[in-house]
Amino acid sequence: MWKTFVAWFHRMGSPKWFYDITGRWIPWFAVASALLLIAGTVWALAFAPEDYQQGNSFRIIYIHVPAAILAQSIFFLMAMAGAVGLIWKMKVADMVAKSCAPIGASMTFIALFTGAVWGKPTWGAWWVWDARLTAMLILLFLYFGVIALQSAFDSKQSGARASAILSLVGVVNIPIIKYSVEWWNTLHQPATFTLTEKPAMPAEMWVPLLVMVIGFYCFFGTILMMRTRNEILEREKRTHWVQGLLSKK
Amino acid sequence: MYFDSFSEFLNMGGHGLYVWLAYGLSAVLIVINVVLPVMHKRQLIKEQARKQRREQQSS
Repeated sequence: MWKTFVAWFHRMGSPKWFYDITGRWIPWFAVASALLLIAGTVWALAFAPEDYQQGNSFRIIYIHVPAAILAQSIFFLMAMAGAVGLIWKMKVADMVAKSCAPIGASMTFIALFTGAVWGKPTWGAWWVWDARLTAMLILLFLYFGVIALQSAFDSKQSGARASAILSLVGVVNIPIIKYSVEWWNTLHQPATFTLTEKPAMPAEMWVPLLVMVIGFYCFFGTILMMRTRNEILEREKRTHWVQGLLSKK
Repeated sequence: MYFDSFSEFLNMGGHGLYVWLAYGLSAVLIVINVVLPVMHKRQLIKEQARKQRREQQSS
């Protein structure tokens, strides 16, 4: 078991192997995310019932919650990939971490924007300095910091190292976001989904939400692989296999 | 279908502006996320082709 894991880990470290295997995975991920996102959106907008208190503005939950969950998962993955790159000097891990940042930043922005648009009819304000909202805003700035550090150095290695350290420090913010609704008095409602309890809403409301969450994860997987493959092509462009690959097209 | 008519669907019980603004901006960002890496890859392939042509001319 351990041996197969180590073998897999070593192969993942090879840019060529990573490029080949993700090339085979991308079509499946892309089709799955397109189907799930389209079905989920139609379901969310036209078929799910409205909330008895919030009316139809409640439908914003179907993008707000998946984007917010993903924004945090991506940050965590980016920090883990950065740590692997720091410790084992694995180039592919650095490239994965670099590819995570812009996707994570856009997901954080979607979560903040849809939250503001949802807050207006629900709370009567676009923005409040609430613990959850402020922690999410800090997450967005952390993403911007990571992106800025990546290109602030002449050598790609120093950029990767600096941004990995920032993302590892920034991981502290993830539990703060999660528990902010419990530690402080806030306007923000508590978690919709937990792993241990049944959702507090009827199935016709949470099933489309689950579809959207899985769709968002598949979408992230697709874009992450596309971006990492581009990084590989760029950094390995002097190798034989990349030159052979690019000249064929 | 939860709504009785298409105009009711657009109106979203008075919350139409908020719902469509949220979905609209998210759709735009999703599309940008797809387009950026596709364009980047095309640019990489073009650069490589140009480089190879230059190398062939000089040799």
